[in-house]
Amino acid sequence: MESYENKTTFAHDDSDVVVIIGSGAGGGTLADELTRKGIDVVILEAGQLHKRSDFIADEWASFGQLAWLDNRTTSGTWRVSRDFPNLPSWICKAVGGSTTHWAGASLRFQPHEFRVRTEYGEIPGANLLDWPLTYDDLAPYYARAEDKMGVTRTNGRPGLPGNNNFKVMHAGAKALGYEQVHTGNMAINSLPRDGRSACLQRGFCFQGCATGAKWSTLYVEIPRALATGHAELRPQSHVARIEHNQAGKVSGVVYFDADGNEQRQAARAVAVAGNSIETPRMLLNSHSSLFPDGLANSSGQVGRNYMRHMTGSVYAAFEEPVHMYKGTTMAGIIQDESIHDPSRGFAGGYEMETLSLGLPFMAAFLDPGAWGRDFTEAMDAYTHLAGMWLVGEDMPQERNRVTLHDSARDQYGLPVPDVHFDDHPNDVAMRNHAFERGIAVYEAAGAKKAYKTPPYPSTHNLGTCRMSASPLDGVCNGFGQTHDVDNLFISDGSQFTTGAAENPTLTIVSLAIRQAEYIAEQMAARAI
Amino acid sequence: MLDHSVSRRGFLKATGNTLMGTLAMTSLPVAILAPGKSWALELQSLTGRQGEVLLKLTRHIFPHDTLEDAVYALVVKDLDAASADGDVRNMMAAGIEHLNERAGGDWLDLDEDRQFMHVRAIAGSEMFEKVRSTAVVSLYNNEMAFRHFGYGGELGDAGYLQRGFNDLTWLPEPPAEASGPVYGSAG
Repeated sequence: MESYENKTTFAHDDSDVVVIIGSGAGGGTLADELTRKGIDVVILEAGQLHKRSDFIADEWASFGQLAWLDNRTTSGTWRVSRDFPNLPSWICKAVGGSTTHWAGASLRFQPHEFRVRTEYGEIPGANLLDWPLTYDDLAPYYARAEDKMGVTRTNGRPGLPGNNNFKVMHAGAKALGYEQVHTGNMAINSLPRDGRSACLQRGFCFQGCATGAKWSTLYVEIPRALATGHAELRPQSHVARIEHNQAGKVSGVVYFDADGNEQRQAARAVAVAGNSIETPRMLLNSHSSLFPDGLANSSGQVGRNYMRHMTGSVYAAFEEPVHMYKGTTMAGIIQDESIHDPSRGFAGGYEMETLSLGLPFMAAFLDPGAWGRDFTEAMDAYTHLAGMWLVGEDMPQERNRVTLHDSARDQYGLPVPDVHFDDHPNDVAMRNHAFERGIAVYEAAGAKKAYKTPPYPSTHNLGTCRMSASPLDGVCNGFGQTHDVDNLFISDGSQFTTGAAENPTLTIVSLAIRQAEYIAEQMAARAI
Repeated sequence: MLDHSVSRRGFLKATGNTLMGTLAMTSLPVAILAPGKSWALELQSLTGRQGEVLLKLTRHIFPHDTLEDAVYALVVKDLDAASADGDVRNMMAAGIEHLNERAGGDWLDLDEDRQFMHVRAIAGSEMFEKVRSTAVVSLYNNEMAFRHFGYGGELGDAGYLQRGFNDLTWLPEPPAEASGPVYGSAG
């Protein structure tokens, strides 16, 4: 089992360290990459350390253990705001962040998805922009991320064996003529690797992988960074604000420790990786006389362009049993609809990925608020259900944004974030298409009845500190370095200029590897 | 006289602060799990009669005809725990009283169809929402429900790799290139 012992500790006034806020896909990867280069880092993680032996094979109990449950508010016309008004997102507050909970899907973005303003043209209401980097810029880092994470179907690694849920998807997809159907590119060991076992098909991917077959920074990057002697991990360190000096460079981070005492860690540079709600919240809460609208917010884009992916699920009941809960949660994919084909009535594309929920979460998420015979008939069919998640590119909109609540305060007295979201017409058209195709897949496999399940609280939170070529319409450059503050970096999915159709983690990890090289160069050149 | 659906569900009775019943043995996996054929729930904040109303109301909100009352009683248990808060207890009591008033005195005494008519009428009320939102968790988050509905629960902890994760045989097997080898299996 991994060691989390801090071999090194740094003084709070040590201004040579890079402070990384967050230990998930972005922060955890950055810590590993920087410490390999001999750079000292302090990792401030708001959540507790739960080792993988602490994980719980029980949906609600695990949710209580791992999920980010601090108060948040919601607004806008999205249904999540009605059904789960204080739970806009389903992400984690734990060492390892949401890589404890993620399903493992590791897809590269497609080349055209880095230049959608050019490819899609102007779409009313959408704040589209090309990324300030290209697919070719990122390709070598995708390769390194795939190797680091042990992604199946890359580097000669076999695919995972298909479970029952995949068999249903595959049969229906093939009957419809879909070509790109397989058990996915998953950061889940199909063979033992890195001292971690092959997948045992437990079916608790969302609850933390107790065998470690699924990649997570919790038991890969964090222990490796600590072992170098160049990292100190401080769990239960909830960041309040980032401070700067008179020259406008960040100089330290103020946080509350496990006992609720305010602490300050000096910093040579700060990398923010708190996921797309907390990251802009920290910048907004760091306003000062020099940065009255929040740190690094001269563009006014901090918190804006919040994206959550177009999502939805289809569950379908069959005459014969499926037992979808047996085995990996995301066990297979149909990729044919991920192309950009405006003849379908919308820009961008979507992936269809198997998904299963245990009985407790099926009740909670199938159709929140529903009751009566229609609902219980679906639950009665639980063992005969197959399921898929639909995930596609949603349009960035300026009004979809994270703001600070006027009056609600958290346990530390800090303004809580409000998450506002309205679907763009393109999102609605894509979801309708995806529902129709998802149902068609299951009907082609013999489904008796199909259910359209609305979006869950957001697992893919993106875009709230986006990259841009110009400082006027984005927060950071192509390396995640903020336009306004040279030694402040955005290191999570907040950087995404647009969302693409694919699950974001592989791209977050790839960007973090690339960012680490850039930070090391900038430090060596004494530019920061 | 007991109607058919009640007799299928077995015996349910409220006295004082206790709700008790017997298993109808409609679900063999649940029967195997149960320590005995009868069960009793001693309530702390609600009366036995209120518990009986809430159990029956939950059966209307989430009707599973062959699911034992003993599982629905877990919802009552959680509502009782929530009713330790005086505001919740008063709200529940007022909601039940309102239901009885609508029914002309005793909602439980009505036949199933007429009971349901009144349930529809109070849908969305505070008491209804409290029962629904509690039940959607409590009813489906216990070992008996897992057995009844056929969910593996923590049995999955050891992994299904050698225990049926790919045992579906009523559809064609995906080709090898779409799937992958089962680790640890020969061939």
